[in-house]
Amino acid sequence: MRVGAVTFPGTLDDTDTLRAIAASGAEAVPLWHGDADLRGVDAVVLPGGFSYGDYLRAGAIARFAPVMGEVIDAARGGMPVLGICNGFQVLCEAGLLPGALLRNAGLHFVCKDQWLKVENNTTAWTSRYEPGAEIIIPLKNQDGRFAAPRSTVDELEGEGRVVFRYLGDDPNGSLGAIAGISDKTGRIVGLMPHPEHAIDALTGPSDDGLGMFLSALDSVVAS
Amino acid sequence: MPRVVVDVMPKPEILDPQGQAVARALPRLGFDGVSDVRQGKHFELEVDDSVDDATLAKIAEGFLSNPVVEDFVVRRVQS
Repeated sequence: MRVGAVTFPGTLDDTDTLRAIAASGAEAVPLWHGDADLRGVDAVVLPGGFSYGDYLRAGAIARFAPVMGEVIDAARGGMPVLGICNGFQVLCEAGLLPGALLRNAGLHFVCKDQWLKVENNTTAWTSRYEPGAEIIIPLKNQDGRFAAPRSTVDELEGEGRVVFRYLGDDPNGSLGAIAGISDKTGRIVGLMPHPEHAIDALTGPSDDGLGMFLSALDSVVAS
Repeated sequence: MPRVVVDVMPKPEILDPQGQAVARALPRLGFDGVSDVRQGKHFELEVDDSVDDATLAKIAEGFLSNPVVEDFVVRRVQS
């Protein structure tokens, strides 16, 4: 089982993501933005950071990187893809997920441990969680406010595609306190908080994040 | 060489906290009478004559703006 993590110029969390992939038991495969090659991986994670300095819009330039053509083709073919933070922004810019991530409503960079509710545990990245599980993982972003036309939000809610929701105060003004969503198939998931920073209670607030990486392995085995 | 201006603004229904912060700062600085501020982006492109309006629209819609949350206007200001 091979799971890749993409490094763009300005990506910060590729190392922790590769570490989380390895901790889940998969072979962690570094992928490079400039190579149109997924190196035979079974699933892909787009990690967080500030690709291309967030110039223009967060994720707007990264989505045209050579590796993204391969990611988009593979995602449309059913490969599990997870976008974390900046990776979520890239997936939205690429049109693989609906909506957009805008400047936090409070204008502050938010950095804290955040409780989330797992609203959908049937996606490729959440099957290891109990229904309605409450998890705590780090949240750290400047542009984390999920925005979309009302009709899109209604569709996401109606189809169970709100995968994660913030518990407590909405930290960034996201519509419906949405922290993460999926595509129609449940194989492409994006979220603002960082599961890769919460795989070991020694260094994170919990090991609640590991379940996402384990879920993807189950999903690949099942397909 | 012709210059093209592309203005990109958050859609009216999209919360613009940056514009709001500017609007709230104005009275503190002694400027009264400004009821609202919206903050957007302004691009100036130097383009060849070969770049037609359809291409400019593609650049504005597909890259300079995110049509999910932003509107854009393309203007040729010099020809």
